[in-house]
Amino acid sequence: MKPAPFDYLRADDISAALSALHDAGEDARVLAGGQSLGAMLNMRLAKPSLLIDIMHIEALGAIREEKAALVIPACVTQEALLRRSDLHPLLAKALPWTGHVQTRARGTVCGSIAHADPSAELPLCLALLGGEVSIRSRRKRRTVQAADFFRGMMLTDLRPGEMIEAVRIPLARKNQRFAFTEIGRRHGDFAIVAVAAMREGDTLRLTVGGVNDTPAIREWATLDTADIPDALNDLAWSLDARDDLHATARYRRDLMRNLGRIVIEEVSS
Amino acid sequence: MTTLAATETHTVRVRLNGRAVEGRATPRMLLTDFLRHELHATGTHVGCEHGVCGACTIRIDGALARSCLAYAVQVDGATIETVESLAPERGRLSVLQTAFQRHHALQCGFCTAGILMSLDTLLGAEPDAGEDRIREVLAGHLCRCTGYQPIIRAALDAAARLREGDADA
Amino acid sequence: MLDACDHRSEDTLRVEDPPLLTGAGAFIDDLGTPPGTLHAAILRAPHAHALIEGIDVGEALTLPGVSAVLTGDDVRRLSRPLMVGVKAPIEAWPLAVGKVRYAGEPVAVVVAESRYVAEDALDLIHVSYRRLPPVMDPERALADDAPALHERLDSNLASERHFRYGDPEAAFARAAHEVAITVRYPRNAVTPIETYGVVAQYDPHEDAYDVLANFQGPFSIHAVLSRALDVPGNRLRLRTPPDSGGSFGIKQGVFPYIVLMALAARVAGAPVKWIEDRLEHLTASVSATNRVATLRAAVEADGRVTALDLDQIEDVGACLRAPEPATLYRMHGNYTGAYAIPNLAIRNRLVMTNKTPTGLNRGFGGPQMYFALERLMRRIALELGLDPLDVIRRNLIPADAFPYTTASGAQYDSGDYQTAVATALEDGGYAALLERREAARAEGRLYGIGLAAVVEPSVSNMGYLSTALTPEERAKAGPKNGAQAAATIDLDPTGAVSVQLDSVPQGQGHRTVAARLVADILGIDPNTVRVIAEFDTAKDAWSIAAGNYSSRFAAASVGAVKIAAERLRDRLARIAATQLNAPAEAVVFEDGRIFAEGNPDNAVPFARVASASHWAPGTLPDGMAEAIRETAFWTPPELAAPTPEDGINSSLCHAFIFDFCGIEIDRTTGQVHVDRYVTMHDCGRVLHAGMVEGQIRGAYANAIGATFYEEYAYGDDGAFLAGTFADYPVPTAMEVSDPLILHIETPSPVTPTGAKGVGEGNCMSTPVCLANGVADALGSEADLVLPLSPARLMPLIGGEEPQPPAGAAPRPEPASGGRTLTGSGSAQVAASPQDVWEMLLDPQTLKSIIPGCHAVEEVAPHIFRADVTLGVGPVKGRYIARVALRDLDPPNSVLLEGEVNGALGTGGGTGHVTLTPAEGGTTLAYRYEAEVGGKVASVGGRLLDGAAKIVIGQFFEALGRQAGGAKPGLLARLFGGRS
Repeated sequence: MKPAPFDYLRADDISAALSALHDAGEDARVLAGGQSLGAMLNMRLAKPSLLIDIMHIEALGAIREEKAALVIPACVTQEALLRRSDLHPLLAKALPWTGHVQTRARGTVCGSIAHADPSAELPLCLALLGGEVSIRSRRKRRTVQAADFFRGMMLTDLRPGEMIEAVRIPLARKNQRFAFTEIGRRHGDFAIVAVAAMREGDTLRLTVGGVNDTPAIREWATLDTADIPDALNDLAWSLDARDDLHATARYRRDLMRNLGRIVIEEVSS
Repeated sequence: MTTLAATETHTVRVRLNGRAVEGRATPRMLLTDFLRHELHATGTHVGCEHGVCGACTIRIDGALARSCLAYAVQVDGATIETVESLAPERGRLSVLQTAFQRHHALQCGFCTAGILMSLDTLLGAEPDAGEDRIREVLAGHLCRCTGYQPIIRAALDAAARLREGDADA
Repeated sequence: MLDACDHRSEDTLRVEDPPLLTGAGAFIDDLGTPPGTLHAAILRAPHAHALIEGIDVGEALTLPGVSAVLTGDDVRRLSRPLMVGVKAPIEAWPLAVGKVRYAGEPVAVVVAESRYVAEDALDLIHVSYRRLPPVMDPERALADDAPALHERLDSNLASERHFRYGDPEAAFARAAHEVAITVRYPRNAVTPIETYGVVAQYDPHEDAYDVLANFQGPFSIHAVLSRALDVPGNRLRLRTPPDSGGSFGIKQGVFPYIVLMALAARVAGAPVKWIEDRLEHLTASVSATNRVATLRAAVEADGRVTALDLDQIEDVGACLRAPEPATLYRMHGNYTGAYAIPNLAIRNRLVMTNKTPTGLNRGFGGPQMYFALERLMRRIALELGLDPLDVIRRNLIPADAFPYTTASGAQYDSGDYQTAVATALEDGGYAALLERREAARAEGRLYGIGLAAVVEPSVSNMGYLSTALTPEERAKAGPKNGAQAAATIDLDPTGAVSVQLDSVPQGQGHRTVAARLVADILGIDPNTVRVIAEFDTAKDAWSIAAGNYSSRFAAASVGAVKIAAERLRDRLARIAATQLNAPAEAVVFEDGRIFAEGNPDNAVPFARVASASHWAPGTLPDGMAEAIRETAFWTPPELAAPTPEDGINSSLCHAFIFDFCGIEIDRTTGQVHVDRYVTMHDCGRVLHAGMVEGQIRGAYANAIGATFYEEYAYGDDGAFLAGTFADYPVPTAMEVSDPLILHIETPSPVTPTGAKGVGEGNCMSTPVCLANGVADALGSEADLVLPLSPARLMPLIGGEEPQPPAGAAPRPEPASGGRTLTGSGSAQVAASPQDVWEMLLDPQTLKSIIPGCHAVEEVAPHIFRADVTLGVGPVKGRYIARVALRDLDPPNSVLLEGEVNGALGTGGGTGHVTLTPAEGGTTLAYRYEAEVGGKVASVGGRLLDGAAKIVIGQFFEALGRQAGGAKPGLLARLFGGRS
């Protein structure tokens, strides 16, 4: 299980990475922590001609706060964010579910967003929180809302020549409450179903991962306790739950109903 | 900053277990293969090459890493520590290694190298780590022989001894 | 209780550990290789069942660094098929010859300067296959119309045997009740963390092979290997490395690769090394058998079972590979388990299906058998309204009945099952557990208690396999029996002691146990004894039973060590006696000294006596053989060949296990929490408490995997679905609980040390104990199929699912197996149906609208061949697609049948397209069904649905664009100017 040949470029700064990305076009991949890409390369599921290693770009290494948002640049590892879990209550709840200590130590936050696995925790959080993805190409910068960024299973709004420079997550406000839970086959596995909830006043927002090809978002301006079971059942049936090796469509719907209730209760209590 | 060509070998220099060493690698050479077959540090084992089993876990610049998910060229200039670094000297064992032996925390020993690296890192960073935390860190590794409980006992024992200042068991 | 282990704590430390803990182990991939060693990679079948119509290796051979490519033709030319254990025209080859019979079957071997280059070359080998319908289900494989896997055999039935012991018909006729159960046991394996490895060399001058492999035995396979390589046994030198990264039976399955790499070395003219990767291992190494068993019991009113009737269908996969059908026959003497059931009928059928061939796996036949038997015992209790514990206790073999001969001929050597059960209940807190269950249930929680009683056989009779033959066939073939164990002890010229084992340890600490035993016998420090565990058929003493399986070490290999050590001690005693002027019987060995009893001050050093045969043979007592090397072979006389009545003492020792557990099922998630697990073992004398505990804990963890997580799953189309550790979820420290381990000891009278095997028992007892607990919690006797995943349990808890809200669109239920990718959609195209129709039939248009298409040609009317790159995100691969248009109804509808083939896998499917005139153009509606196989199915199953949707969506989007291309105005309207 060895990768196909690829050229390798260690970029010292972002402009070098972007011009290499521009020149190589679709055949290049950005290599950050490599926790998802590495496995795909080793299995030859992915055969890029060039890997552009961005992990030595110092400017992308530190989390910062900016205009009531948390800015997490491309080289910040999941473990580094977890160590600053004081920064956001939802991240503190969700990040321990992301892989294992050993993969979080190298896996990056932006890498997980770029990989856009529908079962992953970070895309789910980004979607729930209404985060943004800051994208750069050699000549352009643009910002995309999380809801628009995820286009499908491992498909994003990123175009050839572009990379994620950072993700921005609005800081939690005092009146917001968060909850997160998921079920996988084992601890650290991809979620069969993951749900995250946020309540702000009467408004309740729920995102579901592991079912559709992208994080699914529902929002209720008000939701009476008595209506919760029906609302969750509607949600469960409205998503594209399917059978796979690890779970049935029915089980996924069961989890949406049951885990949904748990997170809603948690943010409502 | 030049692109390393896929078809050529390139010199990769690392500080491996305290020693400056170098070897040759094509860009696609896995770090596991580089460590084991170029640098002849065969203590790090390969169990899955897709980042799940944990046998190949090492430290790169102080942080845990699956060496099967890294390429040799990525670590040029880095400091690498593997299981070969853990014993205080040849012929002796570290506190953690001794605890493993005492508690039968290994049988075939194949997954052990990675587990030791994770637990050594944990106990270094969190000397007070309790059973739940140890279990969580250990969950990044697959072991087929021991049923894990002896490993947890060994780690707890080692943690206690290290807290008491027992340098090498 | 564990007096054999009552040593100082440092005595219990393993000599194996320090190198393993410091990274100095010597596993096969850690060892140096001969100069010029090349590296192999294997091309594997993407299909479960297909004829190989051609293999083109030309391009692969031109890749720089490639030395040779081996195909089925080479294998057929240079070797003979692997021997098969029953009389049936089944050819088993290490590489597909003419036909592939399971996904992942080796099809070609590339030998190159590195593994990297060898894998590059795999992508350049072009194989054309003609797909055949696969046969995946063992019951369906027996149907008359099922496609046969092996042409020379009309059906997929490799063997059928009926056995009858006592008078089962009469017992059933008399019985107050008859209780039956059918159990489907799935495929799984205790896959070790180290994969297979082989380094092979060929010497053309001597026509001899030299192979290093992490093979675990049994070395009866050596005969299979040398026969396949067509050389006498002495021309196949088989060696094992000092360390092996676990086996659990699985590394027996490396043997076809020994043949394959030996042939590769011969063809390449250089040593060849192959290290299996994880994907190869999970897909195609070896699996335990899956089995369909129907058990019927004749039961008295009090729950006593008077007869058992077993109908077993054993699925051995694509061919019967040695030593199968051993999984079925290993337990032949034990089918009545721990119970005194005098009447027994068995029907055994061996069936072949398009799955990986089976072989050894920890528990070997026990998990399959006990899952059925102990589920039946619980069902008997329920149907008769009895306490399951009482049913077990009433049927246990009485303590005064030992040695006990079972209906099918096993001689249970020793045991006291009643004491074991009573002790377990008492020390394991069974009464408290009952209360705990009651309290939990009072709160509405789903809490259950499970039980299992199991007899764990060890030290296999090498003759049990011949029970698969009829008595007449056996008579013709000659008797097979015994279990020769061997050990050699050397005294070197310095008087130091070395021991050579035949047990091929896989991490169990055999060297430590053997060193201690020899040291005890010779009165020397265990640390001075060196035990060599690596194995060499050219230089070691060995026989066919050698190896690491059937838990034979403690009972058999250690026995041989003990005999060899005692023989040497006796000879040394005679030498010492002359020096000490004492009778040999009075010579004492202690603390490295030898002296006459009662006179320790007048001692001679052990080393001087031990070296005397080297330096001063003339001083040896007259007529005495030298004391330099002693090899002991030991075979238990109890292991006789099958009787003409098919009675077989299939194993030498029979340990007893009684387990009980308390489990809780989470109503919210369907997950099972093991609240309490108690496992009582009587494995005879315990030789090393720490290692016995290690064996039990390891087997328990393996069983947790088999019970809740692991399955070698296949799609109905034969695709293998569990190719990574993400899809084959081996449990971690978060999933494995801590069992309470209890012991009693009834030493075995038939082994030199009184020990019995202990390594496999919990793989037999734990899955069914937990399943019985789950059944108890559910309060239902639904058929439980492993693994007991939450998705399987949830419908049993919650009953009917809440209905979809009124007005919701019904969702198409996926085809059975859940593996078929289905989808549908529609698109508005700004062109008339006739224009769209013409586009669909035009290669040039197709080229521009098929996603990632490089070229399209129409190879025959309405049959197109396309070269395409398909994928999502970073996952991309190049494929050759063949698409045929059928049922053409211009310009209204068409059926597309397609197949794609590429390095990442294969796919096939149909799409139904209808064109309806609509305002401003055409409504194009499509519906598809597709199946995907090969690598991408086994490693990326999770991604496929999404990928299919995306690729197909892209196709129709492009079609719309193309149609609009002729009418730009419409395009702008339809797509809002996008793209």
